[in-house]
Amino acid sequence: MAWMAWTTETAIFFGVIAALLATFTFLAIRFPETPRTGVLGIETTRGDRLFITLLGSAFINLAWLALSGAPQPWALAICLVYAAAVFRWV
Amino acid sequence: MNDKTVNQKAWLLVLPVLALVAFSAVIPLMTVVNYSVQDTFGNNQFFPAGLEWFEELLASDRMWNALGRQVAFSAIILAIEVPLGVFIALNMPKRGAWASVCLVLMSLPLLIPWNVVGTIWQIFGRVDIGLLGATLAELGIDYNYTQDFYAAWATVIVMDVWHWTSLVALLGYAGLQSIPDAYYQAAKIDQASRWAVFRYIELPKMSGVLMIAILLRFMDSFMIYTEPFVVTGGGPGNDTTFLSIDLVKMALGQFDLGPAAAFSLMYFLVILLVSWVFYTVMTTMDAREGRK
Repeated sequence: MAWMAWTTETAIFFGVIAALLATFTFLAIRFPETPRTGVLGIETTRGDRLFITLLGSAFINLAWLALSGAPQPWALAICLVYAAAVFRWV
Repeated sequence: MNDKTVNQKAWLLVLPVLALVAFSAVIPLMTVVNYSVQDTFGNNQFFPAGLEWFEELLASDRMWNALGRQVAFSAIILAIEVPLGVFIALNMPKRGAWASVCLVLMSLPLLIPWNVVGTIWQIFGRVDIGLLGATLAELGIDYNYTQDFYAAWATVIVMDVWHWTSLVALLGYAGLQSIPDAYYQAAKIDQASRWAVFRYIELPKMSGVLMIAILLRFMDSFMIYTEPFVVTGGGPGNDTTFLSIDLVKMALGQFDLGPAAAFSLMYFLVILLVSWVFYTVMTTMDAREGRK
């Protein structure tokens, strides 16, 4: 594994993503759902909303890094608000 | 739609693909993420760099300029290839020997490898020995793709149009072939104009394949490397240095693995976003079509 040049931070990052995927897989099997149509006018399942959340969070983090100059963890707070909004309304 | 039986065991059949993708895409991508937060001088020794590379790239003009050129390139070739491809598809013979001849001729550029296309145009455009370059020079037009911004852009765009318009035309043609004659007969009875036939019969029937054509052409052009690299090498200056060319320069030319990794991650995110949008639009369109 040395060739992959792991760091603690990236290991935690991928660990969280893996845990999220596992949780949502479990939820999808344990509590099946029907897709719903939200503000974007497209049908989404929980998995779709997770994808939209993660992809959007990546862009929020980049925008924060480029524009704010404030410490990066604050971007995560915005991401959480964004995630809540996506899961509520999309 | 819902009368298919659900069998979750089918997922087992997907496992080999999953393993292959993990090996060829997921693990390398994870390595790229690891590289992006570190610095290295080779020898597989790494030093933590935090988010420095991302910050540096986001603040520098280099990546934004390459992105700007890339978006402009994709937008221009889509704006030319899609209408032109549709126009060609509409005018191709529908049946008979000429239809086959047309199909074969149209497919030829698609079969030529990227670097060969680049080489063909590199020589074709040369002022001293190339047919195009020499002809333009004879006509008194100042054309030199190695020194002039407009000439370089015109060359890479015309090259891409030459190489890939056929794809749009062939997909559009396939879409047109699937329209039953009854639609045209009904249009004739209604004395519909040529434009109305196109607008209300042909275009809606082609929209599905055209979406796929646009997606394919956008993706390919957004990741284009070989052709402009062979023809202009990214020049003159950095005028045709698109994202891939810049990335390779950074990763292999300068061996800046950290910044190059950060660069490729941001590149990847943009591609992921656009693919998702296209995919969503396509599936939503399909679903609406299915409900009709």
